[in-house]
Parts: sequence; structure tokens; C-alpha cells
Amino acid sequence: MNINLTLLGQLITFAIFVWFTKKFVWTPILAALEERQKKIADGLAAADRGKHEQELAEQRAAERLHEAKAQAAEIISLAQKRAAEIVDEAKEDARAEGERILTAARAEIEQEANQAREELRKKIGSLVIAGAEKILRKEINADAHQKVIESIASEI
Amino acid sequence: MEMSSETLTSAEYIHHHLTNLTYGRFADGHWGFAHSGEEAREMGFWAIHVDTMFWSILLGALFLWGFSRVARNATRGVPSGFQNLVEGLVDFVNNSVRGSFSHKNDLVAPLALTLLVWIFLMNLMDLIPVDVLPWVSQRLGIHYQKVVPTTDPNATFGMAIGVFLLTLYYSIKIKGVGGFVGELTLHPFESKNPIVKLLFIPVNFFLEFVSLIAKPVSLSLRLFGNMYAGEMIFILISLMYSAGVVLGVFGGALQFVWAVFHILVITLQAFIFMTLTIVYLDMAHSEQH
Repeated sequence: MNINLTLLGQLITFAIFVWFTKKFVWTPILAALEERQKKIADGLAAADRGKHEQELAEQRAAERLHEAKAQAAEIISLAQKRAAEIVDEAKEDARAEGERILTAARAEIEQEANQAREELRKKIGSLVIAGAEKILRKEINADAHQKVIESIASEI
Repeated sequence: MEMSSETLTSAEYIHHHLTNLTYGRFADGHWGFAHSGEEAREMGFWAIHVDTMFWSILLGALFLWGFSRVARNATRGVPSGFQNLVEGLVDFVNNSVRGSFSHKNDLVAPLALTLLVWIFLMNLMDLIPVDVLPWVSQRLGIHYQKVVPTTDPNATFGMAIGVFLLTLYYSIKIKGVGGFVGELTLHPFESKNPIVKLLFIPVNFFLEFVSLIAKPVSLSLRLFGNMYAGEMIFILISLMYSAGVVLGVFGGALQFVWAVFHILVITLQAFIFMTLTIVYLDMAHSEQH
């Protein structure tokens, strides 16, 4: 328990240790801590910013999606309308064509019927003439009765 | 007869454990190691406790080596292992200083860290069973070995005086010589009347001077007293080992309990020394009125 030179030795040791701590321990460690603190703060700020941007992007994406959906619906309705129109047009065309064909067919039938009738008339005329010729051969002079025969043939 | 010789050995044992390895100047003028406590005492001031110096410097160097290694490799990335511990301590000390020290001074925080860790490590030596290191040194031919530097008042006073000198330095630097003298002489009794003021000066000086001196004395004696008493109890407990199996086992249990309790004491004492140092330096920086 003697107080002696050790006291001075300890005092000097203490002073050197404090100096050393300040220079080689405290300053660099605190610098590193502060740097890390700053880094973490930066990181957190960046994360916040990123989150905010993500929210914005999501919002934008939702808007786009909405727009696209609306557009798609519009296009579909237009397409449906157009399809209905096309179908209607096609129906109309088909009907017109049908009528046209029908009319043509009718005209042809009529024409052919007329032709047949004409031929028939001619044939009947000649038949009548032939019949009449046979009946009247001996009685009628062809030259004398030419006018009568002709008028009968035209009436048939 | 046997009783008295037993007591003598116990007393010798305790005395031996409380004697520092002292290198100093003998009465006839030559320097050398003291062979007994009496010889060490006779050397007076011109002697040095080699064990105190050795262990304190070894522990301090260990602390500085470990911490400066971390400081050199300190990364701003994710810390790991020992770096966590060091950064935790630095952070803790930094917060303590910010809490108690309201001025700008870059020396206070490193000073506080040094005190905290160094004192803690020196106190930690107390937890090594009292006979281990002296036994080793005995084998190496060194007769005396006191391994806990903080049980040597020289160590605690050395630090307390260092702190005291710093408080004086900063008191004078911040307040000027006049301000510092005024602080010592014009408080706590004040008067507007110049004559009464003059009469108050000796009274004030006495009171303030005592409180000024009391700071380093209490600072060092608190640490020394706690550690010395703790060491003493460890020595007394270890006396039981030579007193039969039953007492020996009881002593072992007691030593364990006391050591566990002592973990708290050594940490607390290191913390108190640091905190008071910060407070004293804060007082040195602030104008009292």
C-alpha cells in the first residue's frame, strides 16, 4: 500500500493510453460508425423512394390496364357491330341475287313457254291444214280455197 | 502451539498476497527487488511496483491492440464478431458522454472509453483464483505477485490524478485563471457588500478547495477500496482450502458465489469511474453561475 514511483508510472501510462485511444481507436471507429449510419440512412431513403416509385408505377400500370380494357371493349363492340352489318349485307345480297336468279329463270321459262306455244301453234296449224287437206282433198281446190285455209291457219 | 503456528501461516499468507513485487532504492543507495514487505516500505517513494506496472500495461496494451485492430479494419459494411463488441462499447461510451457532457471536447470520449475498458480489464484479474498467477510466478522465481492493478492505490490514484489534472487544465483554459480562482473563492457564500465578500473568501476557499480535492480522492479511493476489499475476501476464502475437505468445498462454493457477485462489482466500478470522470470534466467546462 506504499505510494511511490508507481503512481507516476501509472499516470504516464494512463496519458499514453488515452492519447493512443484517441488517435488510433476512437477516431477511426467513430468515423466508420458515422459512415455506416449515413449509408444506412441513404439506404432507407432510397428504399422509401423506391417504394414510392413502385406505387406510382403500379398506379400507372392500373390506369393503363383500365384504358386497355376500355379500348378492347370498344373494339369488340365495333367488331360485333361490323359483323352484324356484314351479315345483314350478305343476307341482303343473297336475297337480291336470289330474286335476280328467280326473275331470270322466270323470264327464260316464259320465253321457252312462248317458243313452245309458237311451235305448238305452228304444228297444230300444219296439222289442221294437213287434216283439212285430207278431208277436203277432193272437194277443195287448193288454189281456190287458199284464202280460206290461210285465214283458218292464222286463227289457230 | 500448533494453533499459533497456523495463525502465523494464515497471516503470512494474507500478507504475502498483499505485497507488491517492488523494485526500488535500498537505504544504502543501491537498487534492487525488495525481499519483504518491510523492505519495500522502507524504500519509500523511490520504488516501483513492477507487478502493477506489468499487468496494467499488459492489459492496456491488450485493449489497445484489440481495439485499434478493429479500428483499422472497421468497415462501413455489416460488422461481425469482435467488431460488434467494440462498436457496441464505443456507442455506449458515446451515448454516456453525450448524456453527461454538454460541451465540445474531442478528448473526453476517448478518455472515457480508455478508463472503462482498462479499468474493467484490470478489475477482471480479480476473478482469476488468487493463487494461480502467484503460483506460476513462484515457479518462475518471482516471490511476490499482486495481479490486480486496481488493488494498488498507485494505479487508481495515477488515473484519478490524471483526470484531476485535466479538470484543472480545462477549468483554467475555459474560464481563465481569474474565473477559476473566482469559482474557488466567491461561492457558495455571496454578498453584494465588498467587505463581507472579502470576509467570505477564506470560508469559500476552504469549502471549495475541499470539494475540489475530494473529487480525485473519492474517485480513486472508491475504486481502490472496492477492489481491495473484494480481493481480500477472495484471499480469506482461499484460506479455507487448507482447512480440510468440508471447509474446502464450502470455500469453493463461496468463491464461486463471490466471483459471480464480483462480476457486477468490477463492471459497476469501471462504469462509475468513467461516468464520474465525464461529470467532473463537464463541471470543469461549465461556468457555475
